[in-house]
Amino acid sequence: MLIPKARGDLSAEVFARLVDDADLAGVDASTSESPEDAHIALWAMYELHYRGFENVDSRREWDPDLIRLRRALEDDFEAALESRFTPPALVGDPVELLWDVIDVHDRRSVAQFIQRRADRSQVLEVLRHRSIYHLKESDPVAWLVPRLSHRTQAALMELQFDEYGGGNPNRLHAHLFAEALDEVGLRPEYGAYIDEVPVEILQVNNAMSMFGLHRRLRGAALGHLAAFEATSSLPSRRMSQGLRRLGLGERVAAYYDEHVEADAVHEQLATRTICGALMSEEPELVPSVLFGAFTCLDLEDRYAGVVLGERKTGAA
Amino acid sequence: MIEPHEHTETMLCPGGPMLLRGDHVVIDDDGVAHRTRRPVSAVCRCGQSSLKPWCDGTHKVLSAD
Repeated sequence: MLIPKARGDLSAEVFARLVDDADLAGVDASTSESPEDAHIALWAMYELHYRGFENVDSRREWDPDLIRLRRALEDDFEAALESRFTPPALVGDPVELLWDVIDVHDRRSVAQFIQRRADRSQVLEVLRHRSIYHLKESDPVAWLVPRLSHRTQAALMELQFDEYGGGNPNRLHAHLFAEALDEVGLRPEYGAYIDEVPVEILQVNNAMSMFGLHRRLRGAALGHLAAFEATSSLPSRRMSQGLRRLGLGERVAAYYDEHVEADAVHEQLATRTICGALMSEEPELVPSVLFGAFTCLDLEDRYAGVVLGERKTGAA
Repeated sequence: MIEPHEHTETMLCPGGPMLLRGDHVVIDDDGVAHRTRRPVSAVCRCGQSSLKPWCDGTHKVLSAD
């Protein structure tokens, strides 16, 4: 993959210097001219930790000036996300508090739109948008493993083993999505559609990378995982019904079928054994877990607003 | 001394499925055998799953009504 197209002054400056192998000293994150500009820059900085870019030297992953810029963008993003979350009273079983945060969320549904109303081109657009995450499905959570206690580690790996195909590359979820894209005539290469995704998709992805890459935010990362899994099974069935309604292909429908069954398991593991273990061993992380869960649903709602034509203004 | 962690082969989820770890055969209501096919499986307990004997999350719609 090549570095994405810039979306403003900051990303243009950062991307040009990365490609030219010039230093980033003096570049100021406050020059970002829009959320789009800031989030494509942040996305590219994170991407250096995943697969990198063919036209950027791999050593830039740990460039101190890049990390300085990244930190400034992350601080703004984290503050914006936190400002939207009102923590509940921390009374009672933390796992029940987590379910409450997930259950009370008023979700506008992309899946319902796909199931009932979307036409072929609208479905293909959603698949292109989703490809940014689904082609690296579970990767942001993998950063967490060495940062957890034995009990939480074992619980997380029990779920991740399934996400990564149980040792069979043909069952690995990101691989199933690549096959699905290929089947419907879309490009299965990692990051192929980054230049066309809305800022809301960049935010969905950047939140997962930010939570996954900061040990400090491990609670938020696992709370995010729990909310993601707990809101996947029923919507995945709607997705597969919509894809079959349009005759888009068996593999793409089967990708969502797999998630109906897998995520009915994963939502229980993520809330009870993974977050349950973390919150009992590190109770001071309960607010962070709830924040992560809320953020997952909040950012998904904002993306749903785009798909359903009700975009919220002032996306951070 | 380090105490062993609790780790069971089955787990009943309140208002939800039964989790089943490892390789098992589950017999459904019609007497048909289904072999588990993932590291942990969720067995339907509400009776309304479209994927029986496996859970498909339908219990959450029921409890919301």
